[in-house]
Amino acid sequence: MKKLVNDPQRVVADSLLGVEAAHRGRLAVDHEHRVVYRADAPVTGKVALVSGGGSGHEPLHGGYVGPGMLDAACAGEVFTSPTPDQVLAADRLVDGGAGVLHVVKNYTGDVMNFEMAAELAAAEDGPEVRTVVTNDDVAVEDSLYTAGRRGVGATVLVEKIAGAAAEEGRGLAAVADVARRVNEAARSMGVALTSCTVPAVGTPTFDLAEDEMEVGIGIHGEPGRYRRPLGTATEIAEHLVTPVCDDLDFTGAPVIAILNGMGGTPLIELYLMYGQVAPLLEARGIAVARTLVGNHITSLEMAGCSLTLLRADDELLRLWDAPVDTPGLRWGT
Amino acid sequence: MTVADARVDVAQLARWLERWQRLVHRDRDRLTELDMAIGDADHGLNMDRGLTAVVEALHATAPSTVDVLGRSVGMALVSTVGGASGPLYGTFFLRFGTATGAVEAVDAAQLATALRAGVEGMAARGHAEPGDKTMLDALLPALAAFEEAADSGAATAAGSAVAAAREGLDATLPMVARKGRASYLGERSAGHLDPGAASAVLLVEALASALAEET
Repeated sequence: MKKLVNDPQRVVADSLLGVEAAHRGRLAVDHEHRVVYRADAPVTGKVALVSGGGSGHEPLHGGYVGPGMLDAACAGEVFTSPTPDQVLAADRLVDGGAGVLHVVKNYTGDVMNFEMAAELAAAEDGPEVRTVVTNDDVAVEDSLYTAGRRGVGATVLVEKIAGAAAEEGRGLAAVADVARRVNEAARSMGVALTSCTVPAVGTPTFDLAEDEMEVGIGIHGEPGRYRRPLGTATEIAEHLVTPVCDDLDFTGAPVIAILNGMGGTPLIELYLMYGQVAPLLEARGIAVARTLVGNHITSLEMAGCSLTLLRADDELLRLWDAPVDTPGLRWGT
Repeated sequence: MTVADARVDVAQLARWLERWQRLVHRDRDRLTELDMAIGDADHGLNMDRGLTAVVEALHATAPSTVDVLGRSVGMALVSTVGGASGPLYGTFFLRFGTATGAVEAVDAAQLATALRAGVEGMAARGHAEPGDKTMLDALLPALAAFEEAADSGAATAAGSAVAAAREGLDATLPMVARKGRASYLGERSAGHLDPGAASAVLLVEALASALAEET
């Protein structure tokens, strides 16, 4: 394993030093609590969006902090949830008096830690908090017998669209409603060609043979639906499109599509993949109105990609198009 | 004074945490190996780091009442263990302390009430039920055994809780996980002991050990 690190135990702390140095004046960093936040926070009267999770998924979440998206992001250890005291510190840094929306990916640790933070905020007379949990990964059976579907690509959509709604001056309940609506209308599916290696562990998270792929992979290397011989890009596109479209009807509405890289796949291959995905969607009668191709929610250096579709409407499209100014997404400014 | 009226003071409860830290440190690699099979291979490391912080916090603050001890331990666990185990064990101790209030010692019945509050808080935090292959599968039988034997005194009750917790851990072997990361494995989670139930057994063993010392 070759990595650009000084000390594997300090990867998150050292990376935040770089975030601060690279985006001075736009982003600020509370190193004690590992919170990246808007340099102009708190924005008085605006609902604040706070997210966070384990590190290793960059640009999610710290790369989506800025006007039009998140107010703060809490960085946990690699693939480990941030703790309630971190989240509470973030809430206090960015609350502008209109309350805070927590955007939480559905993983047991993340849900519990954000829940405790919200309880602490309530007990200590902190800001009013609402929570939206994203759970769009169709690889996991949605039943009472699992921890439920994992939150993946929909998180980027929720942070962008709810962020725009907050920027418009909507209240906490209205922003939370938009966030929930986006999550409910989004579905994702991913595939891994290689494992990733957590720096502090030093060995690959799972074994995958040179000629195999894991379909339905989780962003922490959780096992997928099945493992099979590596196919062509056309075949892999079918493995992503079919389960996503079988789970929700995407016809008859404008769709936002994200073809996301897992961190170790070059952009040329991601565009090649989208070139395979697009005709499959068209053949199903799905009208893609907006597309994002690139690394947006990654899994360290894992090779592979995921597809996220959102069944949007005119309002959600307008909020998607609204100006955003973050390291990870920037347009209209 | 009967055995049931014998008091357990804050110092003994602090020793409970010290014992738990020592047992977890001793078994750190075993806990991590259990977690490697059905989780993300960090339970031993996270618990060891968190309990080291707990013991440091107790030495630094030396709480004089049980509620302050519960809050101090709970917050230290929540802020240092991370993952799901931090909030779960953290909630256990926060609720444990809230249940007793600002007292310097508890009798066996009060201890049982506080333990119940802790276990119920943990169940609510994790939305877990018996048979889900979690910490609760060790702690619920342990709690029932403690309550049943509480009339014989806290030390005796804790002793019978240990046996029940161990049986509860063994019972997680064939279970299919329905909570946490192990649940993504579905049927493949059967045939492995639950790492959370294993650290919970150590929690009960530590209590019995700390209470046995004074009687």
